[in-house]
Amino acid sequence: MLWRDLLLAVRRRSDVATALLFFVIVASLFPLGIGAEPERLRSIAPGVIWVAALLSSMLSLARLFAADYADGTLEQMLLGAAPLGVIVAAKSLAHWLVSGLPLVLIAPLIALQYDVAAPLYGVLALSLLLGTPILSLIGAIGAALTLGLRGGGVLISLLVLPLYVPVLILGAGAVAMADAGLSPEGQLLLLGALLIVAAAFAPWATAAALRISSE
Amino acid sequence: MLEATDLECERGGRTLFGGLAFSLAGGELLRVSGPNGSGKTSLLRILCGLLTPTRGEVRWKGEPIARLREEFTRELIYMGHAPAVKDDLTPAENLEIACRLAGLSPTSEALQAALAAFSVPGLPVRKLSQGQRRRSALARLVLSAAAPLWLLDEPFAALDVSAAAFVDELVRGHVGRGGAVVYTTHQATGIDAAARVVEL
Repeated sequence: MLWRDLLLAVRRRSDVATALLFFVIVASLFPLGIGAEPERLRSIAPGVIWVAALLSSMLSLARLFAADYADGTLEQMLLGAAPLGVIVAAKSLAHWLVSGLPLVLIAPLIALQYDVAAPLYGVLALSLLLGTPILSLIGAIGAALTLGLRGGGVLISLLVLPLYVPVLILGAGAVAMADAGLSPEGQLLLLGALLIVAAAFAPWATAAALRISSE
Repeated sequence: MLEATDLECERGGRTLFGGLAFSLAGGELLRVSGPNGSGKTSLLRILCGLLTPTRGEVRWKGEPIARLREEFTRELIYMGHAPAVKDDLTPAENLEIACRLAGLSPTSEALQAALAAFSVPGLPVRKLSQGQRRRSALARLVLSAAAPLWLLDEPFAALDVSAAAFVDELVRGHVGRGGAVVYTTHQATGIDAAARVVEL
């Protein structure tokens, strides 16, 4: 399943590029709008980068199950030999590899624009590395719940954004802490704990939501 | 093997059918017939567990299917209206994915042979016609002999005479092996004579 979703992503590269480009553009607009005072840019950098990552990961959520729903593959997944939760976990992982991992890799480049101190790059990348999989896992629940509804895209944002808030606070907080010369360990550990909880429970919640919306 | 008791289905506030009961043993063929919108597809979706009936229940070898979950779904093949093939993949890739989802791991020779049996060209699915898509989805039946229950929703739609005859042959072979088949169709087909009919 993982292999299939990655194969589909490779065949449709433009979708992947769109999310990444969106992230880069949003993050680049802020310095243009706010002005180039290094002090101010440095202080907003973690928040802006995190918000941009969050929005860009949400951009591709609506498509997570929609195509499978439309062409009948979802029914075959529901009737598959493997438990649905496992299939959903594989799809969430594929979503993260396609939409989350590129953000982690490109974030240091964006940080450069904000004149973020070099030692913080590691903390920023690590916080995104721990945080973006949570976004994919939670987002999958929203995508499953809104499947087949009209205006599902807007509804996903309303459902999922409040759940993203803790991740945003912890992620941006970790970088801000490190910037202030304190240890970001607390925030990063909490993010890790959130990731473990989400990985354990979100796929099963998504599976239950899929069963409901495909009736 | 399969037993339905007092099934009732309600969609969009309208009762499609009620009090439906039948049982199906191995080696039997059941045709679900009725006009458009009479609930044939809903019935098949209920039989495979995708849809919960408003009333009544479906049993597989004496156990309600709601309790069996994967133990039941491993034993069946459901072919819905939508062919479940991806435009961006080749028929062989699509077939392999469908088989893996169903827990089978066929060799690439077996995949090619199944597609060749339905004479599906090796182009990406995007370039195939409606009938060819249908054939590439149905090729899964060639590899699914081990699943005792086949639920086929309009398997003959968009097929030409020779492909329809081949589906006939597959279904007959499956029934001959002791499998059970439930299907819907609007066309007159070669297997109708052998089939019991449920009228909706």
